[in-house]
Amino acid sequence: MTDTPRAIALRGIVKSFGPVLANRGADFDVATGEIHALVGENGAGKSTLMRILSGMYAADAGSMEVNGRDVSGWHTTDAIAAGVGMVHQHFMLVPTLTVAENVVLGSEITRGPVLDRAAAEEAVRALSARTGLAVPPERLVADLSVGEAQRVEILKTLYRGAKILILDEPTAVLSPPEVRELWQVLRSLRDAGGTVVLITHKLDEVIDVSDAITVMRQGKTVTRMPTRGATPQTIARAMVGRDVALALDAEQAGSATMSTRAPSSPSVMLEVRGLSVSGTRRSAVVNDVSFSIAPGEIFGIAGVEGNGQTELVEAIAGLRHAAGSILLAGRDLVSASVRERGDAGVSHIPEDRHERGLILDYSVAENLILGQQHRFTRGLTLDMPRVLAHAQALVRAYDIRPTDPELPARALSGGNQQKVVVAREMSRDFKVLLAAQPTRGVDVGAIEFIHARLREARDRGKAVLLVSADLAEVLALADRVAVMYGGRFVAVLPRAEATPDAIGPLMTGAERAA
Amino acid sequence: MTSDPQLQPVGEAPSIAAHASAEKRASRRVALEEAVLPPLVALLLAAVVGDVLILSFGQSPGAVYKLLLDGTWGNAYGFGQVLYKATTLTFTGLAVGLGLRAGLFNIGAESQLAAGGFLAAVAGMLLPAGLPALLCLPLYVLAAALGGGVVGAVPGVLKARFGAHEVIVTIMLNFVVLALLNYLVSARLHVPDTLHTPELASGALPRLADYMAPFHGSAANATILLAIATAIALGWYLFRTKRGFELRSVGLQPTAAEYAGVNVAGVTWRALAVSGAIAGLGGLNYVLGYKHYYEEGFATGAGFLGIAVALVGRSHPIGIVLAALLFATLSQGGLAVNALVPKQMVDVLQAVVILAVATSVPEVRRILRSARAGAGGR
Repeated sequence: MTDTPRAIALRGIVKSFGPVLANRGADFDVATGEIHALVGENGAGKSTLMRILSGMYAADAGSMEVNGRDVSGWHTTDAIAAGVGMVHQHFMLVPTLTVAENVVLGSEITRGPVLDRAAAEEAVRALSARTGLAVPPERLVADLSVGEAQRVEILKTLYRGAKILILDEPTAVLSPPEVRELWQVLRSLRDAGGTVVLITHKLDEVIDVSDAITVMRQGKTVTRMPTRGATPQTIARAMVGRDVALALDAEQAGSATMSTRAPSSPSVMLEVRGLSVSGTRRSAVVNDVSFSIAPGEIFGIAGVEGNGQTELVEAIAGLRHAAGSILLAGRDLVSASVRERGDAGVSHIPEDRHERGLILDYSVAENLILGQQHRFTRGLTLDMPRVLAHAQALVRAYDIRPTDPELPARALSGGNQQKVVVAREMSRDFKVLLAAQPTRGVDVGAIEFIHARLREARDRGKAVLLVSADLAEVLALADRVAVMYGGRFVAVLPRAEATPDAIGPLMTGAERAA
Repeated sequence: MTSDPQLQPVGEAPSIAAHASAEKRASRRVALEEAVLPPLVALLLAAVVGDVLILSFGQSPGAVYKLLLDGTWGNAYGFGQVLYKATTLTFTGLAVGLGLRAGLFNIGAESQLAAGGFLAAVAGMLLPAGLPALLCLPLYVLAAALGGGVVGAVPGVLKARFGAHEVIVTIMLNFVVLALLNYLVSARLHVPDTLHTPELASGALPRLADYMAPFHGSAANATILLAIATAIALGWYLFRTKRGFELRSVGLQPTAAEYAGVNVAGVTWRALAVSGAIAGLGGLNYVLGYKHYYEEGFATGAGFLGIAVALVGRSHPIGIVLAALLFATLSQGGLAVNALVPKQMVDVLQAVVILAVATSVPEVRRILRSARAGAGGR
């Protein structure tokens, strides 16, 4: 047995941000030449641990070794020099520069004082050929697709000589074919002797691509296992600390209830006709979209983010001007205000709970009446006893923790914050529920809970519009699936025909085979 | 296998409840500490800087501070002057504070205050003589609120309709409005050989000295009651009413307010209009309670100082009243200490308080948070 030093060995890493303990004694070992998946729920401390490894944060305690060398407390420049590079979830590219300029930024090839653009482009082209990360080096980053921009991020890291590549949630913005391409690139990097750490919370990805798995929970690494022999169930159990129903299991549960629903209600609850939303610069971001949702139906919209889903949902909710018509139980709401739509029966779980769904400095109780404040008045004032009673009932019914409704929403974890939003929107009197990314950034246990509530809404005869960047989520819940690309629906499929293989190409804009 | 979410909390309920009430107490203590400590630290810092300044003039800090207190809170006249100045500052502080709660920075209290005073004086010229004060008072209040409210509504409407930044518009309007009022008074409305308007025909408010002889000579008057009533009303509006809830939500997170069905543009222009109206009421302190006429520059600087009052008072009515008393004490105290140190020293102290609050507040918060984290980690 050879005794080559491990690529990464972290011991007892502790890191706090104010009162929040992100890492509480985390260990992490990665062998040279493996693809290692670092998994855990949101807030488990994965990103923090990797930022410490790449020198962005200093650990409060603990030691770090890279390739057998003690590197505790190093800085980003040391990490880059030692070949450790991190690709962040949010791209750090200059949109007005070309691909080549972005790649060489910080270590420019110059001829005298002048940037040698041709040499830079040549260097990028050579790197592309070697790694399979093909991007035209002379294009502007602003013109790239999200998948291409990510390739540039990886190229940038490799260009600086990274031998240990850390990727933070790289697939969040990719379509399935782009994900497969990324896996190929990562495998070829590994086969060339590189080491890859993949931060993710998608279990199918872990099984697909990794060689070994480390699971984090509450700031600690709880288990390390080889991928061979691991199943999504065993990983999920390690992540949450108990058994959970995964989306795929729930699929059967969903279809079982379908037949039990009462078919008596009218056949169309929400009808959207010729809806268009114009964007800030270019043409329509939502372009002539029409669909209808029956009572007791979940209509899912799949697609890579940024193809008009956000604008479509916000137009229906009344947060954006739109042309066309939005008929709720026959009444056209296209020129109604947000409040009028809410009173007419539109309920909306917004995609970004910090941006729209919550006011973090308001208490849980106040957040639980947001949008319905006009229903909780006594004269001019808010009827606080009633607001609190309402909050206590919802906190209990939705198992929101901590249980004190007077705490600010800021004090809650992401999953519990999302439960506040879901509780509020599901407890009002509604006919149609707009659920945009309803489980984004929440832990596996809360995902399970929120999915159950969405099915419950359907079973109560509500029309549910589900938008999710997570294809598995759409497939697990929806009765019909629309695929959105470039502001249009490129296909609407019944659940039986909606398979990942059928939908994947449509998400990239490929025409549907006739 | 699914665990039943409905069953879980029942078994743990007692421990959760106990935990929750401890958590609630802790979070309330934290909120109080964070609200109160930063201004106190700022004051302490100002006192230290003040010591250094006083020592640099070769005086004893103790003697100067004693003189300052004796000249303000130590005698009825000085105290009356403090109350008078604090009254104007309470109005402008409340005006700026209301704007801040709605996420708006009203720099225009200076001209709104003047416009309120001006319109009240004009109303006083138009009223017949000999009317009872109680009958006139609502009219004066209305006139002053209208004067300031119109000046506040202009940036409000421009912001709501066209997105014009309220800071720029209110700053610019200060020049426009003050110049306009100056023109109207000097060209049209002044009493010959003076630069002020004629006295109110009727309805002037009594001074404190009318009832309590020791206050003789001080400007303190019944407008102070109006200031306190305004502070209470604003507190009720902000923290108890539905509209206050909506206004604060616009200030904290406009996109979430929009999502909650709040008419953000409407809240914006109304908040600036009401903010202007409150600043305008400040003009009554001089026009209705003190001199009984409008004069250019009757409260120069009180509008700008209102910004400092709102910041130090953390945009809370109680804090604003206390901060108004503090700044009024400093400005009156400047006259008292003039014998030992230049009275500009007090201006420096005011500036230090403002700078300390503006810069040290986030600092103090950060220190508090990390101290708590240290205590919690062990």
